Amino acid sequence: MSSPLHELSIDSIRAGLLAKKFSAEELARQSLAFAETENPKTNAYLTLSPERALAAARAVDAKIAGGEDPGALAGVPIAVKDVIVTRGLRTTCGSKLLANYVPPYDATAVIRLEQAGGVIIGKTNCDEFAMGSSNENSAFGPVRNPVALDRVPGGSSGGSAAVVAQGTALVSLGSDTGGSIRQPASFCGISGVTPTYGRVSRYGLTAFASSLDHIGPFGKTTRDAARLLEVIAGHDKMDATSASAPVPGYTAALDGNVKGMKLGLPREYFDGLASETGDLVMAAVDALKKLGCEVRDIQLPHTPYAVAAYYIIATAEASANLARFDGVRYTTRSASAGTLSDMYRQTREEGFGDECKRRIMLGTYVLSAGYYDAYYLKAQKTRRLITQDFEQAFEQVDAILAPVSPFPAFKLGEKVKDPISMYLSDIYTITGSLAGIPCMSVPCGLTAQGLPVGLQILTRHFNETTMFRIADAYEKASN
Amino acid sequence: MKITEQEVRRVADLANLALRDDEVARMALDLDGILTHIDKLNELETSNVEPMAQVLFDAEETATLREDQERPTLTNAEAVGNAAVTSGGYYKVPRVIER
Repeated sequence: MSSPLHELSIDSIRAGLLAKKFSAEELARQSLAFAETENPKTNAYLTLSPERALAAARAVDAKIAGGEDPGALAGVPIAVKDVIVTRGLRTTCGSKLLANYVPPYDATAVIRLEQAGGVIIGKTNCDEFAMGSSNENSAFGPVRNPVALDRVPGGSSGGSAAVVAQGTALVSLGSDTGGSIRQPASFCGISGVTPTYGRVSRYGLTAFASSLDHIGPFGKTTRDAARLLEVIAGHDKMDATSASAPVPGYTAALDGNVKGMKLGLPREYFDGLASETGDLVMAAVDALKKLGCEVRDIQLPHTPYAVAAYYIIATAEASANLARFDGVRYTTRSASAGTLSDMYRQTREEGFGDECKRRIMLGTYVLSAGYYDAYYLKAQKTRRLITQDFEQAFEQVDAILAPVSPFPAFKLGEKVKDPISMYLSDIYTITGSLAGIPCMSVPCGLTAQGLPVGLQILTRHFNETTMFRIADAYEKASN
Repeated sequence: MKITEQEVRRVADLANLALRDDEVARMALDLDGILTHIDKLNELETSNVEPMAQVLFDAEETATLREDQERPTLTNAEAVGNAAVTSGGYYKVPRVIER
């Protein structure tokens, strides 16, 4: 059985619906059926939502029958990472603590994509509370990479990347704090976008590290990812950090012309790279040169300090954000509770997995009395230096090209015993997260073993358009 | 070692985590490795660098203010609907003070 979405895009689904070639309900039923047969292979969905999907699809069909505009995402089967809340639809965050949590409200991004005619077909597996780089930290079992089932799909948005790669959803929403969209996109061979911080409302995204958290889209193509971002981006009064800058039409700018664009290569990003990964990234750089881009070397000298700064800031914020999971309001509660204090301690001990506990502990430690200046303040200052590196680089170039991950998808179990080497592998994605700039992964070929590699493109704050234009031109030229 | 098991227990207490003994030993090792890497930050001279707490953008001072109008909120049943134990529309917790 092949994917019913195999040859479709957001635009071609809309055109097919308007031309009455198929109905949204037919497409939703086919996608749900395909997801049911495929999911046992990958464990990418935690919950399928047939009722919600069919209701949304019928509403699109009714609009078309009545001559109304069915919306920019009309009939598009979409999957949503399970850290993003959906009213009446179980949202677990990949955690045993929230195994039965049914949110009473929808995230803003979810409201917007459904208002545009999008059809949510399910919630995707992820690392517990989005903490991980391999999707092996889910309480509901790891996700397998549809490209090579003995390998990880990347993390933390592994499920959202896997469903697009396997064709059970056309596009999906993920969340990115230090690389959790770009790295799985590169491992699964699809496009994944981390927009500017504040570009998409975080309302309804379960908080991991609030100053670093983003919601962003995955798509088979850059155009589909850009189209989805157009719908979900924009100011939201429910999120005080949401940006008020107007959202340009990203897809309207995708003309394939990147002539004269200045691209920077940070030398610091090419040390310690698996050689095949480096070769594929450099081949993509050459392809962009052939399209008329000017490529020059740049420096981002504070890159070697990014992982240290990130794991202080992210865990400090996480230790505060995860304090709310205490057995009172949302979560399961330990049965062995005596006093209130025992109940908190036992509930959290039994409910959180190892990685969450490790990060809560590190975050609590760096914020504890006597350590604040040495760790948290130092990390915030380092974050400023890393951001200034980018500001200086963008005085010389329009965009930066880099690898996404030092290596392609690795085997399940290969790295679980060594949390530090897992943290260090986030080096190329963490810098952009700390600066809050737009960055994405676009597929740039396969290794000899057939494993996908991603090219990372980073641009100035709110300049998603330039990033999409480069990715789209490269995609068109390489196909 | 940058962190002792005794310190791990103190931090676990602050974090409301009842770590088992085997977890304390493992946590001390893991945190020690991470803190050793983090020491790298000491190479940087940062005395004149402004800390960056947030990626902030220019917005009007009143951007987050709104009219003081009634708007729909969660019902009581929705608000307590996911709690492990409730009673009469309230969250119910174990006793706070032991006697």
